[in-house]
Amino acid sequence: MNANAHRNRHLFPRPLDMVDGRVDLTHGGGGRAMAQLISELFAGAFDNPYLAQGNDMAVMPPTGGRLVMSTDGYVVSPIFFPGGDIGSLAVHGTVNDVAMSGARPLYLSASFILEEGLPLADLKQIVESMATAAKQADVLIVTGDTKVVERGKADGIFIVTTGVGSLQDELHIAGDRIRPGDAIILSGTIGDHGIALLSKRENLEFETTIESDSAPLHGLIRAMIEADPDIHCLRDPTRGGLAATLNELAHQSGLGMIVDEDAVPIKPAVRGACELLGIDPIGVANEGKLIAFCSPDKAEALVAVMRRQPFGENAVIIGHAQPDPRRLVWLKTSFGGERVIEWFNGEQLPRIC
Amino acid sequence: MKFASEFRDGGLARRIATAIAVECQPGRSYSFMEFCGGHTHTIARYGLEAMLPAAIRLVHGPGCPVCVLPVGRIDSGIELARDHGVILCTYGDMMRVPGSHRLSLLKAKAAGGDIRMVWSTLDALKIARDNHDREVVFFAIGFETTTPPTAMALKMAKAEGLTNFSIFCNHVLTPSAMRAVLQGGSLPLEGVIGPGHVSAVIGIDPYREFSDRGMPVVVAGFEPLDLLQAILMLVRQVNEDRPSVENAYVRALPATGNERAQQAIAETMKMRDSFEWRGLGTLPDSALRLADDYAEFDAEARFSLPYRTIPDPKSCACAEVVRGIKRPQECPLFGRSCTPDNPIGSCMVSSEGGCAAHWLYGRHQMTNDGRKNVV
Repeated sequence: MNANAHRNRHLFPRPLDMVDGRVDLTHGGGGRAMAQLISELFAGAFDNPYLAQGNDMAVMPPTGGRLVMSTDGYVVSPIFFPGGDIGSLAVHGTVNDVAMSGARPLYLSASFILEEGLPLADLKQIVESMATAAKQADVLIVTGDTKVVERGKADGIFIVTTGVGSLQDELHIAGDRIRPGDAIILSGTIGDHGIALLSKRENLEFETTIESDSAPLHGLIRAMIEADPDIHCLRDPTRGGLAATLNELAHQSGLGMIVDEDAVPIKPAVRGACELLGIDPIGVANEGKLIAFCSPDKAEALVAVMRRQPFGENAVIIGHAQPDPRRLVWLKTSFGGERVIEWFNGEQLPRIC
Repeated sequence: MKFASEFRDGGLARRIATAIAVECQPGRSYSFMEFCGGHTHTIARYGLEAMLPAAIRLVHGPGCPVCVLPVGRIDSGIELARDHGVILCTYGDMMRVPGSHRLSLLKAKAAGGDIRMVWSTLDALKIARDNHDREVVFFAIGFETTTPPTAMALKMAKAEGLTNFSIFCNHVLTPSAMRAVLQGGSLPLEGVIGPGHVSAVIGIDPYREFSDRGMPVVVAGFEPLDLLQAILMLVRQVNEDRPSVENAYVRALPATGNERAQQAIAETMKMRDSFEWRGLGTLPDSALRLADDYAEFDAEARFSLPYRTIPDPKSCACAEVVRGIKRPQECPLFGRSCTPDNPIGSCMVSSEGGCAAHWLYGRHQMTNDGRKNVV
C-alpha cells in the first residue's frame, strides 16, 4: 500500500510537499498539519492493523512467552551515512537489544523529535527506510509520536524506539550466566559502523568504501538458539566497541576475559583508517555484530551454524572467560604480549548512534 | 598493512631485545630518555620495558604537547571562548586538559562556550569561512610536527583575506625542551631517543649540540621495532663511547627534514623571547609567536589576552613526570583522585602522557595463573 492510498482528500485537500516542503512547528502542534503528516507519511509507510486502529496506544494479543522490552534513543550524526541512516539504525539497534535476550522481537514504538526546517523529503526517506528495516526484521511499528522543536533546539531528527519481544520459557541468556572457560564468539568484523560514520563527519571527511554494518541480528540469533539453547550470553558491541562490551560483561559476570588479537577480524580499510586517526578498532562502535558466550565444547559447532547465516559469515572464536577477581579484560597481542583492554574515553566520537 | 605491521613483528622484537641484552655490559647502566610521548605510548602499549634487560631504564620525557602546556594557557583558551564569545577550535587532546578551578575546555563547552574539536587547521579555516559574523580562533599547540599545518593555515588565511580568523599560538620547540632537561642535571642519562616526526620537519642536525657535548641521540620511528632498534643503537654508542646523532627512521625521514615546512614556519612565525612550560619553568627561545607580517592573525593581541602563571594543583607530580624524575605511579594522586576520566594533571589526559599511558597499559601485570590459562 503506498502513501497516497492513505490520503484523505476531504480532510487534506493539498498533499504534503515532499519535494520542497519542510517540517514546521504546526507539524507537532496537534492540529490538522500534524494529522496530515501522520496520515500521509507514517501511517502509509508503517502500515499494519494495530497502527491503523488510530488510537493513542496499540492493543496486541498475548505473546505466549515472557515479555522482553528495550528502549534506545538515536541521535546519530550525520543522519544519512554509508550503509544506513538514522531510520534503519533506530530499528536495527532496538531489535538487536531485544533479540540479545534470545527473544523474538515483535513490536516497536517510534517517537520522533523533529527540528523545525527538516526537509520533508529527508523525513520521508528516513521513514521509508525504517519501514523497510522493520519489514526485514519482522517487527511491526505499532504506535508512535511526533514532536517538533524550534530550529536550533535539535539537530534535524532524533528518534526513540522501544521494542517488545517474546521469550520462550526455557531460555536464560544473560551476562551473569558466563562461566570460567566459556568461549567468546564474535559474529564478524569490528569497527565498520564507527569508521563509516567518522568518514562522513563534516570535519573529518575522508575517502573510503567502508559501510556501516547496521543490520538486524534476530535471524542469526534464532539459528544460534536452535543449535544451542544453552548459549550463556549474547551482547551487541555497540558504543565503546568490543572493549566496552567485554568490560561490562567482566563486571557483570565477576570474571576476567582474554581475547586473542590475531583472531579478531578487522577489515583492512577499517584498520588503515584507525591507524591514521590514532584510534583503536577494539573501541570503535558496531551496529550489526554480536558476541556470544557458550561452553567451550559447543563453540566450534555454534560458529559453524553462525557462518551459514546472513550477518554471521565471518563468525570466529576470539577468546574465553577466565577466573579473575580483578575482572580484567586481557588482549593477547599480535606482538606477543598481553595488555589490559580498558574502557576508552569516548567523547571524541560523539553521536555515533 | 605496509609500513606498520612489519614493524610490529613480535618474533623480530624478541631477537632485537636479545641482542640488546647480549651487548649490555655488566655493571653499566643505560638510562635512556624517550623524549616523545608517542614513544611513551608505544613502549607502554607493547610492554617493551618488560622485554628489555634490567640494565636498561627508559625515562619518559616532556614530548607530549598537552602535558607541557601550563595552566595559564588553558585558562586563556577558556577565557577566549567564555568571555570573548569566539568559536574556539582545537585538537581533541586539549578538551580534557585541566585548567584553574577544575575547569577544562570540555567543561567550558558544556557551560555554553562554542568550542569545537577539529582534526586539522583546514577545518578551523572552513569554520571561519562559514561563520563570517563570528570570530574564530584556532588554539594551536604542539611541537614542530603540528607547526607546519598552523603555518599553512596562516598563509591561506592571509591569501584569502580572512578577517575573522586568528591563531592562539602555543607552538614549542623540541631542542629547547631537550636542552632544559639535559641541563637540569636532575637525572643521569646515557642517551636520548629523538622523536622521528619532529625530525621529519627539522631534520636531525639540531640535535648535534647534544652529541657534541657527549650525549648519544638516536632518532626513531614509532613502532615497537623502531624503538628497539634505536635502543640497540644507543647501547652501541654508549659502549663504544661514540656520542653522535643517528637516524634509525630512515624509511621516513631525510636527514635535512622538510625544507618547505621549515620555510613556511620561518615565514609566518618568530621565536618568542621566553615561554612558560609545565614542569620545565620559563625557558628562553623555546616557543614561537606569529611573525610581524602575520600580527593581524595573533589572537593574543586581538583579544588582549593577559598571561598569568598559575601554579599546578597541589600534590600533582606532572612537573616531575615530564622531566622523568618521577614515574607516574610515584605520584600520590595517580589512580586515586587522578584518572583519565577525571584528570587532575595534564599527563593523565593525552594518550601520549606518561600517566595516561601507564594507566591504560602498564598498571596491571598478569598473574602467573593468567599466563598459564593463556598458554
